[in-house]
Amino acid sequence: MEWEAVIGLEIHAQLATKSKIFSGASTAFGAEPNTQACAVDLALPGTLPVFNEEALRMAVKFGLAIDAEIGRTSVFDRKNYFYPDLPKGYQTSQLFHPIVGIGHIDITLEDGTSKRIGVTRAHLEEDAGKSLHDEFPGMTGIDLNRAGTPLLEIVSEPDMRTAEEAVAYVRKIHALVTSLGICDGNMAEGSFRCDCNVSVRPKGQEEFGTRTETKNINSFRFIEKAIVGEIERQIDLIEDGGRVIQATRLYDANKNETRSMRSKEEANDYRYFPCPDLLPIVIDEDYIDAVRDSLPELPDARKARFIEEYKLSDYDAMVLSGDHNLATYFEIVAKAANDAKMAANWVMGELSKHLNQNDTTIANSPVSAEQLGGLVERIKDNTISGKIAKQVFEVMWAEGGSADEIIEAKGLKQVTDTGAIESIVDEVISKADKQVAQYKAAEPDKRGKMLGFFMGQVMKATGGKANPGAVNGILKKKLDALCD
Amino acid sequence: MFDKTLAELAQGLENGDFSSVELTQAYLDRIKAEDGKYNSYITVTDELALEQANAADATRAAGNAGAFTGLPIAHKDIFCTEGVRTSCASKMLDNFISPYNATVVNKFNAAGAVTLGKTNMDEFAMGSSNESSFYGPARNPWDTDCVPGGSSGGSAAAVAALLAPAATGTDTGGSIRQPAALCGITGLKPTYGRVSRFGMIAFASSLDQGGPMTRTAEDAAMMLNVMAGFDPNDSTCMQKDVPDYTADLSKPLAGLKIGLPKEFFPDDLSPAIAQQVQAAIKEYEALGATVKEVSLPNTGLAIPAYYIIAPSEASSNLSRFDGVRYGYRCESPVDLEDLYKRSRGEGFGPEVKRRIMVGAYALSEGFYDAYYKKAQQIRRLIKQDYVNALNEVDVIMGPTTPHPAFKLGEKTSDPVAMYMEDIFTISLNLAGMPGISIPCGQTEGLPVGLQIIGNYFAEQKLLNVAHQFQQATDWHKQAPQGI
Repeated sequence: MEWEAVIGLEIHAQLATKSKIFSGASTAFGAEPNTQACAVDLALPGTLPVFNEEALRMAVKFGLAIDAEIGRTSVFDRKNYFYPDLPKGYQTSQLFHPIVGIGHIDITLEDGTSKRIGVTRAHLEEDAGKSLHDEFPGMTGIDLNRAGTPLLEIVSEPDMRTAEEAVAYVRKIHALVTSLGICDGNMAEGSFRCDCNVSVRPKGQEEFGTRTETKNINSFRFIEKAIVGEIERQIDLIEDGGRVIQATRLYDANKNETRSMRSKEEANDYRYFPCPDLLPIVIDEDYIDAVRDSLPELPDARKARFIEEYKLSDYDAMVLSGDHNLATYFEIVAKAANDAKMAANWVMGELSKHLNQNDTTIANSPVSAEQLGGLVERIKDNTISGKIAKQVFEVMWAEGGSADEIIEAKGLKQVTDTGAIESIVDEVISKADKQVAQYKAAEPDKRGKMLGFFMGQVMKATGGKANPGAVNGILKKKLDALCD
Repeated sequence: MFDKTLAELAQGLENGDFSSVELTQAYLDRIKAEDGKYNSYITVTDELALEQANAADATRAAGNAGAFTGLPIAHKDIFCTEGVRTSCASKMLDNFISPYNATVVNKFNAAGAVTLGKTNMDEFAMGSSNESSFYGPARNPWDTDCVPGGSSGGSAAAVAALLAPAATGTDTGGSIRQPAALCGITGLKPTYGRVSRFGMIAFASSLDQGGPMTRTAEDAAMMLNVMAGFDPNDSTCMQKDVPDYTADLSKPLAGLKIGLPKEFFPDDLSPAIAQQVQAAIKEYEALGATVKEVSLPNTGLAIPAYYIIAPSEASSNLSRFDGVRYGYRCESPVDLEDLYKRSRGEGFGPEVKRRIMVGAYALSEGFYDAYYKKAQQIRRLIKQDYVNALNEVDVIMGPTTPHPAFKLGEKTSDPVAMYMEDIFTISLNLAGMPGISIPCGQTEGLPVGLQIIGNYFAEQKLLNVAHQFQQATDWHKQAPQGI
């Protein structure tokens, strides 16, 4: 039987506000446990939440970017459940009246086709703290630094049919929130995480199969793997006569499999009700217009501009505009080098290769855009060859420094001085009687191919620094002179 | 000295008749000597009080004294006080030393007030008799076999027994007005949003409101001058100017239109209470007021609606007491569930548990529309009743409670009978309007309270109306026998 998967995603994007959604504590990542948790975050008796308006502005930005309805009146609700990293015993969220209503985004797939994916809603809520199980044997530590960090939960329609579509959707949302400057997009630190709802059904069937939800996946690769694995698991299960049980599952990246966390029967009754400590958020057209006016360039517009302004291919423009940091980086390189195509090749080639090999992101790249721009500029002005440039890049990556500093320090500057090249050429010719004889004996139209040997010798003698064009010309001139 | 009102004490301090330290020490000594009979305090803050009194005397000596400098008061043990146990009368918070001050406490401290201590109350403010306190019930100074009312029973008893000139209270369904009535003092519940709730441990967030409990309306005005005002830490606190609440006290009442809701005078109302309240109305007529019958047709729905909304909010508000970060934690929990179940099972008393259970049930899936949503609809009807009535009259009057103080233990086995004690006070919290209870008579040696209700932010009017009555009568000056 032919099967079809149905995939819907819930993305949690931490909003890049300085302080928390309902308190003045800092949201910075990586501080000592519980040093960024104030009385409100600790849920001390008597404390009350005060809404951080910056989080609202960011949510509205997102809503406008996906062409969504903006809730003129949105309301915070309490989602009640007990967990040690949830200090109040409820999460303040938005169930009944979210800030962002129905919207959509368009994704482009590898084969160039595009597809529209619906966004059901996006709502504001607070993040929980973290339980630390490994640090204290036999006990659990609670770190509430993250508690109260603003989240935008973005819920898609079940519009995706393959893992590829799902990843394209997540990448697009990632590009959007980072372009908007409302989320740093750092998946390793948990700033951007994804829950995947997956079900399968016989192709052609209208109604959905039973779905599972795999929670908190924090890399594009794992999202793809988790979905592929879950689709296979469900199909195998049904084909073996079993049935899918509605459950929350956890993705184990080490084993590359999902496993059940809790079934629907064990699910909490969250007893949602409007939070009486917070007033409804009422916004008007003026507010929305002001936010609209503040929107930066979005990925789709950026792609179009890259094609128009830099004459990039459709593919290059798509890849470079698909990640906010990558796009920003590319533009700096392109401007510094004054050659967009070469900049694009270096960013998508050597740089991306190194980032992948070192499992890091462009935000943490040891080579800055200015550095790479300086390097590409030196290729363009013939100071170094492309081959030497790769050496320089290696040094840059490992040790830092500007292209000029490295070229100088390592003596990698290309030799273009004709006099210097001529004397090396003379020396090479004088030591290659056999090859010179062959050259002379050859038919004039075959001689061009025989230059390779002499080129190699000259490059070897100069450590690759001689300008290949100049060497070629001088060699030809001198050898041809010998033939006369 | 102890029979003096706040206003008189302020005058005495101003005149140099006594220092704040002398005044404070006298109250501390009296509390030590007398409170064994009333159990009105959970914690007496001797050291803090004398420190504050010293500072107040220094402020006065430097010529910087304000209206409240050096005046001793007590705080209901629901207001967080930095460095001092804030228990909410619960085993759950018996070990909780608050690391911060409630906004109300900060305001009193900034005004130069002296904190005598923290007063007894029903556990988490859930009760009408003070009998649910982990520290044992406070007792009514008029008859120590009787309850002082609740939940602010300790504050009412302390003021009535002259163990504090004034105290703060909180009112979620009558918790300031009902104990004020039962102990023969003045208690004002301000408009919802007039006084900050920050640092006031939440029972039902949409209903809770702090307010003053005093011997006179003038003192209540002095207290409210300190307590009221916008607080950026409380999103439900109104950004509205605070008038001088003492400014209009002396306005004559000629032309005042009083509404008497027929629903506040039901057939089964205690005849003695009805009689005292009617006598008070007559007094108002003598002061130039006119009286008119009005109707609050949905009054009968107030108790059921309240007992959905308040427990629902409470069930969520009290979730933070989980034994994880502070407060009571059970011995040797075997796992997380055990930690939760036993910490909460052992830390909360029966009335608190009852309300958490009711609230959790009302909010549960499949029941939300039938209970919580319906109750909110009723709430809007009740509010509209008051708005309509107050379009016709300036203030509404009636009895604060259907009975005078009842005996300890009399209603503890019948929660619904206990809940019915709040029948005249509860609807006002649902509407969010202000109300004041003042003593207006006695029956069989126990005080009777008159409730005066006004429109949103009409505290000034209520205090004026109450003060004028107290200028013409002396019920508020009556003290229990032996005090």
